[in-house]
Amino acid sequence: MSKSLRILVPVKRVIDYAIKPRINKAGTGVEKTGVKFSMNPFDDIAVEEAVRLREKHKNLVESVHAVSIGPAKAQDILRTALAKGADTCTLIDAKEAELEPLAVAKVLKRVVEAQNANLVILGKQSIDDDCNNTGQMLAGLLNWPQATNAAKIELDAARGRVQVTREVDGGEEIVSAALPMVVTTDLRLNTPRYATLPNLMKAKKKPMEKLTLADFGDVDTQARLQTLKVEEPATRSAGVKVGSVDELVEKLKAAKAI
Amino acid sequence: MWRGSARVLQKNIRRNLVSRAVKGGLTALLLKTGQPFQYNVLLTGAAYSTKIQPKLTAESYPSILRNPNYKQLAADDVSFFKNVVGETGVLEASGSEDLALFNEDWMRKYKGQSKLVLRPKTTQQVAKILRYCNEKKLAVVPQGGNTGLVGGSVPVFDEIVLSLTQLNKVRSFDEVSGILKCDAGVILENADNFLADHGYIFPLDLGAKGSCHVGGVVATNAGGLRLLRYGSLHGTVLGLEVVLPNGEVLNTMNALRKDNTGYDLKQLFIGSEGTIGVITGVSILTPPRPKAFNVSFLGVESYEAVQEVFVQAKQELSEILSAFEFMDSKSQELTKLHLKDVAEPLTEKYPFYILIETSGSNKEHDDAKLEAFLEKTMESGLVLDGVVAQDETELRNLWQWREMIPESSQAGGGVYKYDVSLPLKDLYSLVEAANDKLSEKGLMDPEDATKPVISAVGYGHVGDGNLHLNVAVREYSKDVEKALEPFVYEFVSSKNGSISAEHGLGFQKKNYIGYSKSDQEIKMMKNLKDNYDPHHILNPYKFL
Repeated sequence: MSKSLRILVPVKRVIDYAIKPRINKAGTGVEKTGVKFSMNPFDDIAVEEAVRLREKHKNLVESVHAVSIGPAKAQDILRTALAKGADTCTLIDAKEAELEPLAVAKVLKRVVEAQNANLVILGKQSIDDDCNNTGQMLAGLLNWPQATNAAKIELDAARGRVQVTREVDGGEEIVSAALPMVVTTDLRLNTPRYATLPNLMKAKKKPMEKLTLADFGDVDTQARLQTLKVEEPATRSAGVKVGSVDELVEKLKAAKAI
Repeated sequence: MWRGSARVLQKNIRRNLVSRAVKGGLTALLLKTGQPFQYNVLLTGAAYSTKIQPKLTAESYPSILRNPNYKQLAADDVSFFKNVVGETGVLEASGSEDLALFNEDWMRKYKGQSKLVLRPKTTQQVAKILRYCNEKKLAVVPQGGNTGLVGGSVPVFDEIVLSLTQLNKVRSFDEVSGILKCDAGVILENADNFLADHGYIFPLDLGAKGSCHVGGVVATNAGGLRLLRYGSLHGTVLGLEVVLPNGEVLNTMNALRKDNTGYDLKQLFIGSEGTIGVITGVSILTPPRPKAFNVSFLGVESYEAVQEVFVQAKQELSEILSAFEFMDSKSQELTKLHLKDVAEPLTEKYPFYILIETSGSNKEHDDAKLEAFLEKTMESGLVLDGVVAQDETELRNLWQWREMIPESSQAGGGVYKYDVSLPLKDLYSLVEAANDKLSEKGLMDPEDATKPVISAVGYGHVGDGNLHLNVAVREYSKDVEKALEPFVYEFVSSKNGSISAEHGLGFQKKNYIGYSKSDQEIKMMKNLKDNYDPHHILNPYKFL
C-alpha cells in the first residue's frame, strides 16, 4: 500500500453536550437560539482517530478531509477539525434544513466520490437525534464494508486491510475488512486533543470548500419523517424519607414493588 | 436511544457522555441515570482529601488550654436545645458516632471534641440557642459547609457546633435588580444554579462550591475565581441578617445599593469568621450571567512573562477578561498524578502556566478579541504554547487543571496552605524562598518517602495579587511547621503583603494577625469583640 489512504471525516454541529437542551415554546423541537453549539463528541473522536492514523502511518495517509452539512456556522466546527489536524474541509450549507440520516448518507456518498476517499471515519451517532444510522446507510449506498462502534482501529498496511475492535455485550469483537470501508467511532476509541494556538492559527489558512445543498440538486434530501410533538420526560416526583425498615417494607408493599 | 448507555455508565465516565445522551434524547432514560456527573463532585460532601486520621487539636497544640470559664455541656442543656430545634435538629456524640464530620476540617489537620451539633431551621431558633449559650457561657462554633482552610469552622475543645445546614431556603429574587435574598445555609452551587435559571450569576465562585454555604463565604469574605470581574463581597453583599451572641437579631436584609445613613454595620460581619455574630441571611446583588465563555491555557517561560501577559490581557481583553490564574510547573506535576483521566492541555512542559477566562454577551465578539490577543502574544514569543477550549467539556477540563490543585496537593498526605496577598512583582518570590528554605533544611524530596515534604507549589489569582503557596506533605510534622512559620509570615510582612488574602485567620493564623494588622487595628477589633460578645462564646481560640 503506497501513500494511498484518503480519509474522510464527516462532522456534525450539535448543541454542546454539557448544555441542557430545552424544548421550544411551540413544542416542535429543541430551543436553539442563544445555545452553545459544538462538534458532536463522537465526531471529535473520529477526527482525532484520523489524525492519529496519519501520525502513526505517515507514509500511508495521503489526506484527512473533514466535511459538515449544516448551517453556515458549521464552519466553526470545521475550523476546530482543521486545528486538530484535518488538512482540508468542505462546508455544505444546508441553511436551516435538518437532514435525516438517509439524506446525509446520500450527500456524503457524493462527497466520498468527489474526494476519492477510501476510508470514512465518523461518529457512531450524533448526540442530538441519537439515530445511529448515517454510517451504516453510507456503507450500504457505497456498497463498502462497515465496522461500527470502533473501540480500536488498526491498519494492516501490507494487506490493505483495516482491523477494528468493537465492544459488544460480554466482550470484544474483532472484525477486519479490506479498504475501502466505513468505520464509526465509539466513546473509548481515544481522547481527543485540545486545539493548540499555533494549530488554530494555521487552521485559518487551510482551505475550506464551500458548497450548498443546491450543488447536490439531484439528491433527494426531503424529510420523510414528520415531527408531531416534542415533550420533556415527566419530572421525577420527590422521594420520601422513611423512619424505619418496617415502614420501608410497608411502603414497598403498598407500591406493589415487593 | 443509545443502547450502550448503561454499560458505558459503569465502565466509563470519562467524557460524561452518558448525561449528554440523556439530555439529548429527552426521554425516560433520565430516570435511569439521574443527575449528570459533575466534575466538582470530587470536592463535595464528606469526601476528605486524605485518609490520614487527624490528631486532636488539643494534643497537637498542648499549649492551648480549654478556657475554664466555659460551662461543660450538661443533660439539661441538651434537653433545652431539643425543645428549641426538635429531636432531629440535635446530633449527639455517642459510642460509634464521634461527629467527625463536624469536628474535623476538610484538610484533616484539626480535630475538635464537640459532643453536640445543633441544626436550627429558622433564625429564631438560632437566636434562642445563642441567647441560652450566652447566659450559660456555653462556647459555640458556627459552621457552614466546613470547607474552610484555616481551621476556623471546627471546634478546638468541646464547643457546641451550630450548623447552618438546615437553614437553606432561597427567600426571594428580584428579576429586575438581580438582588438575591437567601438563608445562610444555601449551598453556593445551588444558589448559582437557581440564579442561572433566571439568567443571573453568583458573583463569587470557588472550588468548594458544591459544599460551601453562602453564609460561610460571607463570614470568611471568600475571594475565589470571579473576584477579578465582580469585586469582593464587601461590595456585592447588600445586607445581612445576623444573630448576635445575646440573641438579638440585626436585620439589614432590605438594604439598598446606595444608603449613606450612618455606619455600614453589615461590613463588620463580612470576614468576621463567626466571632461576633452568626450570619443567618444574605442579600446580595448578582450580575447578569454571561452568555459566552472562553478558556485558554497557556505556557510561558518565566514569572516575568506571566506579568507581561497579564498586562496585555487587561489591555486587549479588558471588559471580557473574567479570570487570570497562574500555576507553576510543580503544581501541574502534582495535579497530573491526581487527574488521571483528564487530557493534559499542553504536550511540552513549561515553567509557568496561565489560565485565561473571558466571559461576555456575544460569542463572536469575544472570540475575535481573544483570538487577536492570543495571536499577538504568541507571535511576540511571550506565550510559548497554548490551547483554546473548543467546547464546554474542554472548557471544564482546562479549568480542572487549576481547580484541582488544592485537592492534588494534599492527596499525598496533607498540605500546609498559605494564602497571601503580595505586590505582583514579588508574588512568586515567596514560593522560591519557601523552596529554598525547605531544601536547605533537608525536609523536601519528591521521591524520597522519608522526607516529610513532597513539593512546594505556587499558583493563584494574578488578577488579585493573591498567591497560594501549598506545601504538599506526606504527613503533618512540627519540623515542617517550624520551618514555614513564622518564616512565611515574616516574608510577606517584609514585602507589605497580607498573610491571609482570602482564607481568613481562623485557628492556623491566629497568632500571626500582627504581621498584617497594626496594634491600633487589633485593639479596635478586640473592643468590638468584647462589646458584642462579652463572654467570648462565639468561635473561641480563633483569631480574637
